[in-house]
Amino acid sequence: MTTVAHVHEETDSPFALSHLDSLESEAVHIFREVAGEFERPVILFSGGKDSIVMLHLALKAFAPAPVPFTLLHVDTGHNFPEVIEYRDRTVEQHGLRLHVASVQEYIDAGKLRERPDGTRNPLQTVPLTEAIQQHRFDAVFGGGRRDEEKARAKERVFSLRDEFSQWDPRRQRPELWQLYNGRHAPGEHVRVFPLSNWTELDVWQYIQREKIELPQIYFAHEREVFARGGMWLTAGQWGGPKDTETVEKRLIRYRTVGDMSCTGAVDSDATTLDAVIAEIAASRLTERGATRADDKLSEAAMEDRKREGYF
Amino acid sequence: MTITTEQVAVTATTLLRFATAGSVDDGKSTLVGRLLHDSKSVLADQLEAVEHASRSRGQEAPDLALLTDGLRAEREQGITIDVAYRYFATPRRRFILADTPGHVQYTRNMVTGASTAELAVVLVDARNGVVEQTRRHAAVAALLRVPHVVLAVNKMDLVDYAEPVFAAIAEEFTTYASELGVPEITAIPISALTGDNVVEPSANMDWYGGPTVLEHLETVPVSHDLTACHARFPVQYVIRPQTAEHPDYRGYAGQIAAGAFRVGEQITVLPSGRTSTITGIDALGESVDIAWAPQSVTLRLADDIDISRGDLIAPSGDAPTTSQDVEATVCHVADQPLTVGQRVLLKHTTRTVKAIVKEIPSRLTLDDLSQHPEPGQLVANDIGRVKVRTAEPLALDAYADSRRTGSFLLIDPADGTTLAAGMAGEAFATAQAVDTADGADDGADDEGWDF
Repeated sequence: MTTVAHVHEETDSPFALSHLDSLESEAVHIFREVAGEFERPVILFSGGKDSIVMLHLALKAFAPAPVPFTLLHVDTGHNFPEVIEYRDRTVEQHGLRLHVASVQEYIDAGKLRERPDGTRNPLQTVPLTEAIQQHRFDAVFGGGRRDEEKARAKERVFSLRDEFSQWDPRRQRPELWQLYNGRHAPGEHVRVFPLSNWTELDVWQYIQREKIELPQIYFAHEREVFARGGMWLTAGQWGGPKDTETVEKRLIRYRTVGDMSCTGAVDSDATTLDAVIAEIAASRLTERGATRADDKLSEAAMEDRKREGYF
Repeated sequence: MTITTEQVAVTATTLLRFATAGSVDDGKSTLVGRLLHDSKSVLADQLEAVEHASRSRGQEAPDLALLTDGLRAEREQGITIDVAYRYFATPRRRFILADTPGHVQYTRNMVTGASTAELAVVLVDARNGVVEQTRRHAAVAALLRVPHVVLAVNKMDLVDYAEPVFAAIAEEFTTYASELGVPEITAIPISALTGDNVVEPSANMDWYGGPTVLEHLETVPVSHDLTACHARFPVQYVIRPQTAEHPDYRGYAGQIAAGAFRVGEQITVLPSGRTSTITGIDALGESVDIAWAPQSVTLRLADDIDISRGDLIAPSGDAPTTSQDVEATVCHVADQPLTVGQRVLLKHTTRTVKAIVKEIPSRLTLDDLSQHPEPGQLVANDIGRVKVRTAEPLALDAYADSRRTGSFLLIDPADGTTLAAGMAGEAFATAQAVDTADGADDGADDEGWDF
């Protein structure tokens, strides 16, 4: 039995928590609040690092009991195979239940139309919101962080969405102390962001401390990519490259994981967690600025998508 | 001081949550922008976006306010609508900054930002000195019991970096804030625009021997002596796996709200009053024999007693009394009013109970701390005293003793709106000795007068 967990020696008080312990404790509190107050919560799980950290926190929050939530993945149909493999293996390993909302099925059924630019990220909103209604989820955990984007900096930890899943930034509930108000009418739901106060670096340091396994695409590897819009996109059946674009083999890694059509890779030789953390700490670009084409569409691209129900 | 990113990654340790208060003209955006910029928290693509947006608006220099105004309406109107949270780090510490807007909706926004802050930065324009808005900010910091307050006397470059100007403002503010019960005040002369005493010590103010703003933020103690706090553990969730591996495990999950808990300690569960002994503490996968606020843990007890979400566990020798009558100061945060006789929900820690507003004895004017008796209702941004009767007993501490177990929300049962933020017990730390400057109006009665 250890007496004291993770006390840092540099601080005056023996009761000071490290920043990772503070963030972990806060996130666990949020998971338990939702478990205590909602009927049908679900965790959005994409196999990306933020959702992996969320699941890890949920596992710790309820141990030794199982996580009392199901998972939901909005599958764009253009996912990295390594990530889908990781997703399925993780679900199996922890005995979880996974719901999949498929963008491809919506396109095949004629309910969604492929965009001219080929990106499917914005197309996720409809399958997501319909899955929420169909399964009557009343709390939906997302891995969004306020440091990602300036519209997300305005997001509450508990964010009420109306029956159309819409976010109205001007009508948000003030959030005081750690008193989260999850009241909602039938048909409405609450988006919950336990990682609100984490930064990209916090996520990586936590992954390192907790020895959390990640899909391999987060580490440097050789891959056939081509340049589009100032980013390295992976070649594949989703529709790249076009005739004028040339494929080359480069040493790259991914900072975020999303739809292949709009998630860019960065040049990197970081093959270990230490190297990845050093690389992020030195980067002059934000995570989304470096890797997301869809946020560059306009100054308020994220805000506009969030208003419509995007996570 | 130069900050290298490697140091940030390796050595940053504790977390400080702080809030800024000040109207736009005081240079708050510039100060926030400089703190973010000089700590390398503004990255190239963000700066590029700001430069691009500034140019397209016809501005010559990049407008750093665009860094913090995240919403379309905010950018279009050039105002800040709501509290936003910013993140930055130095080698010594990580920071969460509640960036609270300074325009008309100041009170609820600053209350929101200050509720979780361990430190508040109050900005003053050196040319104007302590004004009504400054007193308002000091009063909110005092009401919310923010442990540390920094007075940043800005725009020192516009008063020739004159020490007497700073000294006079610092003294006036310190006297006022001390009377309100603000425990620690640090005054710093700065120029956010030129960077004097924000991150780098100022060459223009060699008469000032104190810390820069950043240095102070990095070194201010984040946690106090928990042995002096009443230990409190609101039960969030009961963990009962009922699996082959853990057939008998029964743990009470929650985040320690105040103080510390030890294995072997005798505890009382409120409101039932049942007692037991702590036999184990599970700190997220690790078995420990002591845990303290704000750790999220799971407590195991010697006896199988009836405990559920909403109960409060406290040491048997130091348990709070329970009551169905709550007297508190509230800040009204909703657009719809709060009226006498109104039926509401009261959320305190993990417990939500029905309640009725019995009385609104007074409404406070933050500008001069005068009170208006029996206002009948509170509207958006009002601060007032209320008496609430709850349907079930609550184990409420005084907010002065515990920000976490002395605070609550009033919620509209019809549509779920958060109506008011409540702080139980006395309003300010000192019940009297507050000079109302212009003399008390409304014939305020000093007897039991705690505004």
